[in-house]
Amino acid sequence: MFENLLRYRGGRYFWWSAVLVVACIGVFVTHGRAEPPNGGTWQGYTLGTIGAVLILWLTWLGVRKRSYRSSMGTVRGWTSAHVYLGTACLIIASLHSALQFGWNVHTLSYVLMCLVIFSGFYGLYVYINYPRSLSDNRAGGSRESLFAELYELNKRGMTLARLSSPSVQQAVVSSIERTAIGGGLLDQLLARDGSLIALGDGKPQPNPDQQITIDMVADLIPRSEKSQEVVALEELLSVLCRRQTILRRLRKDIRLQGWLQIWLYVHVPLTIALLGALVVHIITTFFYW
Amino acid sequence: MEPTKHVGAGEGGSSHYKIAIVGSGPGGLSAAARAQFHDAAEGVSTPSYVLLESFEAHAKTIQQYQKGKHVMDEPGFLDLRSDFDFRAGTREAILGGWQDSLASQGVNIRYGAEVTRIAQQDHLFTLTLGNGESLTADNVILGIGIAGNPRKLGAPGENLRLVQYQLDDPKAHSGERVFVVGAGDAAIENALGLAAQNRVTIVNRRGEFSRAKDGNLNAVLAAINDSSSSFDCLYETGVKEVIETPDAEHPLQITFNTPDGEKAFGCDRIIARLGGIPPRKFVESIGVEFPNDKPDAIPELSSTYESNVPGLYVIGALAGYPLIKQAMNQGYDVIEFIRGNLIDPADHPLLEYQFHCMPFLRPVNDLLELFQQRIPMFRELNSLSFRELLIESNVMVSYPEGPMFDEAQEKRDALSTQLASRNPKPRMPNLIREGEYLFRKGEYAASFFTIIEGEVVITEDGVERTLGRGEFFGESSLISGQPRLGDAKAASNCILIETPRRTMVKLMNSNEEVRAGIDWIFVVRELRRHFAPTADFKDLRDIALACPISQHKAGDVLFSEGEEGAVMHLVRRGSVTLTRSLDNGQQALVAELRSGELVGQMALMGDAVRRETATATVATETIEINRANFLALVGREGAQVDALQRRVSARMLAVSQMEVRPESGSMMRFLMGEGLGEATDTLIIDESLCVGCDNCEKACAETHGGISRLDRRAGKTFANVHVPISCRHCEHPHCMKDCPPNAIQRAIDGEVFIDDSCIGCGNCEANCPYDVIKLAYPAPPKPGLLQWILLGRGSGPGEEPGYQPSEAAKAGGKKAVKCDACMSRKGGAACVAACPTGAAIRISPDQFIELVG
Repeated sequence: MFENLLRYRGGRYFWWSAVLVVACIGVFVTHGRAEPPNGGTWQGYTLGTIGAVLILWLTWLGVRKRSYRSSMGTVRGWTSAHVYLGTACLIIASLHSALQFGWNVHTLSYVLMCLVIFSGFYGLYVYINYPRSLSDNRAGGSRESLFAELYELNKRGMTLARLSSPSVQQAVVSSIERTAIGGGLLDQLLARDGSLIALGDGKPQPNPDQQITIDMVADLIPRSEKSQEVVALEELLSVLCRRQTILRRLRKDIRLQGWLQIWLYVHVPLTIALLGALVVHIITTFFYW
Repeated sequence: MEPTKHVGAGEGGSSHYKIAIVGSGPGGLSAAARAQFHDAAEGVSTPSYVLLESFEAHAKTIQQYQKGKHVMDEPGFLDLRSDFDFRAGTREAILGGWQDSLASQGVNIRYGAEVTRIAQQDHLFTLTLGNGESLTADNVILGIGIAGNPRKLGAPGENLRLVQYQLDDPKAHSGERVFVVGAGDAAIENALGLAAQNRVTIVNRRGEFSRAKDGNLNAVLAAINDSSSSFDCLYETGVKEVIETPDAEHPLQITFNTPDGEKAFGCDRIIARLGGIPPRKFVESIGVEFPNDKPDAIPELSSTYESNVPGLYVIGALAGYPLIKQAMNQGYDVIEFIRGNLIDPADHPLLEYQFHCMPFLRPVNDLLELFQQRIPMFRELNSLSFRELLIESNVMVSYPEGPMFDEAQEKRDALSTQLASRNPKPRMPNLIREGEYLFRKGEYAASFFTIIEGEVVITEDGVERTLGRGEFFGESSLISGQPRLGDAKAASNCILIETPRRTMVKLMNSNEEVRAGIDWIFVVRELRRHFAPTADFKDLRDIALACPISQHKAGDVLFSEGEEGAVMHLVRRGSVTLTRSLDNGQQALVAELRSGELVGQMALMGDAVRRETATATVATETIEINRANFLALVGREGAQVDALQRRVSARMLAVSQMEVRPESGSMMRFLMGEGLGEATDTLIIDESLCVGCDNCEKACAETHGGISRLDRRAGKTFANVHVPISCRHCEHPHCMKDCPPNAIQRAIDGEVFIDDSCIGCGNCEANCPYDVIKLAYPAPPKPGLLQWILLGRGSGPGEEPGYQPSEAAKAGGKKAVKCDACMSRKGGAACVAACPTGAAIRISPDQFIELVG
């Protein structure tokens, strides 16, 4: 019932792309000895035109995706075709260039195109693999429900800490207040934990994964003399451990979601740069005539 | 507020009026204005009528609308006939206009005059008021609506100004000491709403909050137990008295009877939410009869709105007419009727239009009578109900192709031209050609057809049947909520009435004979379809009468695994799930069965011990068939035993396949829990494909006036399958209940949508159990896509967060918005078409097995 991008209609666009690539190779091998492979032969111009049209069409996905009233296919079909034809473009442009590189705008266009396509490969990889990890990590909930649970655990943890000794109270309250989630771009992408805790001297120190707080409470349980305090500490420990799990899940959620989105910030600007370079590349070739 | 006016004749003593009007809603006001008109015309010095209002202002229900609410004047095609003005506008403008008219026309209204008792003796009504005073009248008009009066504290001081029985806006109060009395949902919601900015105590007569919804229960207990907030609760506590303390710190003092004795507190405000006293009991106490015990039953009335108690008239919502304009017209008419002036009601022209293309010319009233006599089931209806039925129905007339049809078409065109300037246009007669299809198999429509003249041919499963005068059809979809089971074709010279679902439901709920008649035919036709396709109607009707219809609430168990069974069920609406216990003690869900399917037939066809437990998923009705009836059905010549046995084998196979995959059962259970048991078309998202781009929501907003009708993030998830907050297009849409202008419709393909006549009342939003309807102002237009891409103008595709509606949009008021499954969009649902990864799909019930498999 559900099928991913690559399997759209039994991989219909894989076959389209395969046929296109085979046809292009067919054109390429007609280069004779008299006229070795080059972008300037009739074969080269043909391949170049196909490549340029492909690039324009591939770019048009950004518009089609947002043309919500369009009934020209589905966005899913377009995206599937985008993936396969984009891959084909790598081969077609390579044939067009005949792998003749230099320090010029032509090679720049080729390099930019490769960067766009490889960033697309990365995007495809995360689109296919990360949603399931995200979904498993959320375990039937949502980011909002994880935050809601964290909020409840914070409140419960604070209340329980107030029943314990002042040092526990200070440690727990400060570690809850100074728990960091997210942060800057790198913090998000690497799921870095910048949480702090203030112990005896009141000086904040790093508290990665809330481990210091948890270890402290766990240590205290066998030492406590009052049975009532033991009960409170045991419950506190369970709240803190649950909290640790929720925090890990939240960071993982933010990390995966970050990687799921960040590649577009490379893919799209590079595409625009590619379009610019492509225009210059096409115009300058006319000077060779 | 308006001060109490004089009582009229014989003030102080027992006053007598020709007409006493109870309730100053739109109907009561209009009636009083008409009575005043006649008094003025006749130069009467003391009013012959009195308008009694329990509240301190007129039109209490409208007064309680939120501030600035836009009130619509549906139905647009009905003319207003009243001495008071009424047209669409803000609540304030309408109430203010009526207030001015009350004063300028000198209407004899008494405020704060709650009628507690009405008794009739020797054609004289005695009305007792809340203050013990009584008055007499020859006629009484009841226009008290259906909202009911709030139950009061029942202690001295209950009528003080700062003792309130409703709360419009909790945010309007801050820094106050407030007691909220009551333990229901309204009390809890008010108390929690106030608690953020006031010191609040909730007062519960009992030791626990047993009447509250789960969400409210958890929230109130959390707030009470939250040591950081001042919110608290007094349990097992009743109110002893409330007194005003003008000189103290707080203006009120409330004294409670608590388990620890009496306790008194100062406070600024008391909010009592103790439920309402439904008006039905009051109405019954006068002697008015209701046809049945259903909560929405309407008293039996004559064509002049007179009840079975002579001289007692009922108008407005209580009489089954929920719209303001209808009630005002009735108020006018009823005064004329009482005066013996039997005018045609304001809706009379509507019927003239409906009957315009009849093959014979007769006055409207004669036609009404003739039609009613021709339909056995409607013969016993009172003429008011039948008239209402026709006004809300389509009248269809068939002619053979040729001059007769052309002539009728010309007549219809002429009428259409004549009414062209009317906006909206009244309902026009429907012309059809002989042989034209009335509906086709698979179409979603729940209208009900009655044949007044001519014949209709129904084709179902290849069997053709002809129905004639007085018969009806279309009841199957009406009751089951499922698409049409066959084709219906008009034969020669038909006159048909096509009645919309809502009108039929209302009629069935208020008239036992109609309900019984339709139920009976439904059962006959279902039995015939399943067991004896060739049987005659008369062969089955006795068996049908012997098969009771049983009703089950969601969660009710029809039968349990292991017990001996003697009946099978034929589901006629709703859905039933079958579960089996596994060796490990878990319950595996093995099947979900909808309308038209058999449940528990094995008990009569093999082993009597039930192998499964059958539970109703949603409100469900089944036809119960016991052994004797079953044998009578299958013992007949030509019975379909083979087909029945084949279906049983197929079911056994499917059940066994599900049983060995208990995880499928868990998924099915999840889907049923999300309301898919009554769904026809649901958006499902595979979380293992969803990249969270929200293009589905953006597409929805872009194709629906800038407002998204789905919330992707919200909603529940089970094993990668996510059911977002989005319309399920239920078989029996909850939202269609109580829509005053009947703005919610179902398209032929099953899409449930809201048309332009929405008045923004919010009933549908409240009735939808899946939270998929919201009220919103129309969104302002946005710059186009290229402007956004190239110039960065606007917020980009999708719903603009926190958009500011235009002044015109604000003046027009909020309207209900919901998913219409993109019924008018060529490429199918926009949410699905815009999903780049294939994560979003829409599924119908027959795909559930594929989804869970």
